[in-house]
Order: sequence, then C-alpha cells, then structure tokens
Amino acid sequence: MGLAYAQAMVAKRRQLWLGSMVLGVCVLFSGHIAEISFSKFFDNIGAFTSYIGRISHLENGQWVVSDPIEWFWGWKKWLPLLGQTLLMAYVGTLLGALGAFIFCFFASKNVTASPGVVFVTRRLLEFLRTVPELVFALIFVVAFSLGPLPGILALAIHTTGALGKLFAEVVENADMKPVEGIIAAGGSWLHKVRFAVLPQVASNFASYALLRFEINVRGAAVLGFVGAGGIGQTLLEVIRKFYYADISALLVLIIATVMVIDTVTEKIRHRLIGQSVAS
Amino acid sequence: MNKHEELRQRFSLKFQPFYYGHLRAIAVAVAATALFFYGLLSLEMSVARIMGGIGELGRMVVLMLPPDPGTWTRTGIYLYAMLETLAIALLGTFTAAILAFPLGFLAARNTTVNRVVQFFARRSFDTLRGVDILIWALIWINVVGLGPFAGVLALAMSDLGIFGKLFSEAIEAADERPVEGILSTGGSSVAVVRFGILPQLLPVLLSQVLYAFESNTRSASIIGIVGAGGIGSILSEQIRTVEFQQLSFVIVLIWATVSLIDLGCARLRFSIIGARAL
Repeated sequence: MGLAYAQAMVAKRRQLWLGSMVLGVCVLFSGHIAEISFSKFFDNIGAFTSYIGRISHLENGQWVVSDPIEWFWGWKKWLPLLGQTLLMAYVGTLLGALGAFIFCFFASKNVTASPGVVFVTRRLLEFLRTVPELVFALIFVVAFSLGPLPGILALAIHTTGALGKLFAEVVENADMKPVEGIIAAGGSWLHKVRFAVLPQVASNFASYALLRFEINVRGAAVLGFVGAGGIGQTLLEVIRKFYYADISALLVLIIATVMVIDTVTEKIRHRLIGQSVAS
Repeated sequence: MNKHEELRQRFSLKFQPFYYGHLRAIAVAVAATALFFYGLLSLEMSVARIMGGIGELGRMVVLMLPPDPGTWTRTGIYLYAMLETLAIALLGTFTAAILAFPLGFLAARNTTVNRVVQFFARRSFDTLRGVDILIWALIWINVVGLGPFAGVLALAMSDLGIFGKLFSEAIEAADERPVEGILSTGGSSVAVVRFGILPQLLPVLLSQVLYAFESNTRSASIIGIVGAGGIGSILSEQIRTVEFQQLSFVIVLIWATVSLIDLGCARLRFSIIGARAL
C-alpha cells in the first residue's frame, strides 16, 4: 500500500512539474511577444506615482479633497452624463434580457425537442457573447452614427448572448415533473413554458439580469471611448488633454456609482434568491 | 361540501383576483416599464433612426462578406496580433494571480486578525476593480508608452482587484477542521497554511484563474482600441479605413480564438475541480 501511495505521489508530482514547465515556457514566450521590459517598468514607475499625484491635486496645487467644489466643478455637465450612462445600461440590459428570454427556451434541450434548433440557437448565443461588446459598438457607431443608440444596441446584443446561456442553463435544471403534468393534461408548448417552467425559473432570471445590469453599468461607462454615448467620451477627453483633477473627479464619480449599484443589486438579488429557496 | 368549495378553502389565495398580494410587484413592473420608455425617448431611439441604421448595417454586412484577409502578408500580421493578444491575456492573468495570492490572505477575515488591514485591503481591491481595463490602459500608456506592455499592466491591475476579492472569499470559505487538526498535532502556522488551507484552496483558485483568463482574452482583444497592443488596434484601424472584408476576417479570428480558449479552459477546469460545479 505504501508503494501504491508513493507511486501515486510521484505521478502527481510529475504532473505538477510538467504543468509548471509548460506554464513557464508560455509565460516566457508571451513576455517576449508582449515586449515586457523590466528596465522600462522600473525606469518609468516614477511616472505612475507622479501621475497618481497629479490627478489628486487641483490646478492651484492643492490636494483635491481640500476643495470639493472646485474638484467637482463640472458636476452640472457630468451628472446628466452619468445618468445617461445608467439609463443606457438599464435599457440595454432590459432589451438584452428580453432577447435572452425569447432565445433561452429554444436553447434548452428539455423544452425544445428538435436538436437542430437547440444547436443553432446555442451557436448564435455563443457568437453574440464571444465578440466583445466594444467591437459591436465600433461597428454600430458607423451604421447608426454617434450617440447612445449604438452603445445600447451593443450592450443589448452582448447581454442577449451572455444571459441567453445562463437562462438556458436555469431552464435545463428546472424540475420536469410540472412539465410532464402539463403534457398529461394536453397542454401546448406555450402552456408548458408558461405554467410549468416559468414559475420555477423567473426569480433566477431576474437575479441574473440584475447581475448583468451591474456588469453593463461598467461597460456603458467606457462605451463613450468609441463614441457610443455615456460618460466615457468625456473621460477619454480629459485623459487625453491631461486635465488631471477632472480625471480623478470622473473616476471617483464612476467608481462610487458602480459601488452603489453593486450594493443595491446584491441586496435585491439576495432577496430574490432567498424567496425562490423559501417557496 | 362539494369539491369546488373544498378547493376554494384549501387554496384560498389562488382564488383571489390576480392582483391580490401582487400590488408591489405590479408597481415595480409599471415603474420599470416607464423608465424603459423614458430611456428610449431621452436616448433618441426613434423607430426611423433604428430602421435607417439597420438598413445601413445590412449594407455593411453585405460588404463584409465573405471574410477575406487580403494578402498572405496581412494574414501573418493578423495572426501575430492575435498571438500578441493571447500573450497579453496570459501575462496579465499570471501577474495578477501571483500578486493576489499573498494579498488575498491579507483581505480574508479568518487569516488577518487586524480588522483595519483587512478593511483597507478589501477597499483597495474594490477600487482596482472599479476602474475599467480601458481606463487602466490609458493610465499605463502614460507610464510605459504605447504597446502591449501597457496592456499587460492594465489587465494585471483590474484582475488583481477581481482575484483579491475571489481569493479572500475562497480563503474565508475554507473548512476549519483540517486547520484544527494540524494545530492539535502541534503544527506551526506555516504547516497550517501548507497542509490545512492550501490543499482546499488551490483547485478553487486555479479554476478562478482559468475562468479569468477566458474573459481576459476578450478584454485583451479590445484594449488595442486605445493603443495598448493586441488585435484591437487593427480593428479600429480597419473601421476607420472602411476595410470591411478584412474587418470581418479579424472578427471571425477573435471569435474563433476566444471560443477555442473557452473550450480549452473549460476542459482544464473540469479536470482540476472534477464534476462538481461551474
């Protein structure tokens, strides 16, 4: 028995070494390709700390927190943009969730009988979520012209792909006994979905959609980098033009908003999931 | 008593009008819908504009087909850019994981006794996570210049925030019993970490790192838009120069690579943590 143990340990060690070596080679090779240069990093690391220093000081050299009114001088311009960003995330999430809701039943083996339909729907959802939303935004900006519209559509499309997969997984994990009951009572496909599956999955759907909303708020904040609306455009501008105090002010606004949204949605999600466990 | 009456008594709630006990839910739904339509209006989403855009999009899609890289030299350039993207993703994830491993212990409630240290570690991770990768990229470009190195650092920063949170949560969720066992046999604190916590932790952490690598491949393919290396720079250039066939080739390339990485990571994850979960 001692021998078997020793052998098993040797095999495990060998696997570990092999894995580490493969990883090591990959890392070194990547370091070469990505032009990693420690000398450049340590020569310029001062630039990073001084950058942090500059964005935390006002133009008159004062520490930013000493004069919040001066620091957030552009709030009249920024808050509506922040609101627009949130609204974009909201509308995009809702549209995407709607799309995901429609597609997810066709991507679930237990609700849709035809394997062909399931396969095609799954590949479609996969395509929608693997292509980054910023790529969609870049293309939509050309087609729909600048503004929040292309951003919302990009968010919605990516959300459809991401939520569609999660929704389908929830549906596939649903209890099939109610479905069999509906079939036994002679219900149609729609009856099956509406009265057997939906009551089981609705709270999970809502919870996932809220989680996606959180992610989309972050996403919407940078969509402006490619001209697709929201606060990102202003942020890009102040970064490119070196308005240091404005950079920190906008970052603080965005981070605070994201944190508030995270906390609120997390509370709601706990209640939603708690309900589904209780009932 | 007839059957109907009996049912009515047993499920009295089901026989109420549908809005009974759902008033709050209905109010929320109405408010959500109203906000949605307000959003449509205030964000200039008119039907005419959407229809016009869809027509334009249709013309663009026709121009994109079939995906064609142009010449072989260009194919080589695209493939190298994709390789660079993968390199950025790998190094960013790797650096963040190495840094987050010790810091995760600092932010975990059961390994860091000092509440203040733990609190500040948590908040620092939140801040790192709150700043988007693209913004980190812009900041690092100021430090190390344009190119993939800035992308690696940007990914590492925002991943450090994610890993810090996930690792510390995993450490907090670790089972206490092996730790107690080692303590009761007189093990040192190093032995506690090595034999009590690490064996529980490593598979979970590895699977999280692999998962992050997947999503980083996606992120790395867009940070080039702001000049931080990878295939994103080619994407935005092709849109500006209206090279739609090459653009669609690059999009297909990104899609294929990300799908492959997803597949590979899913299999690795599966073999690491076995049948349970994810």
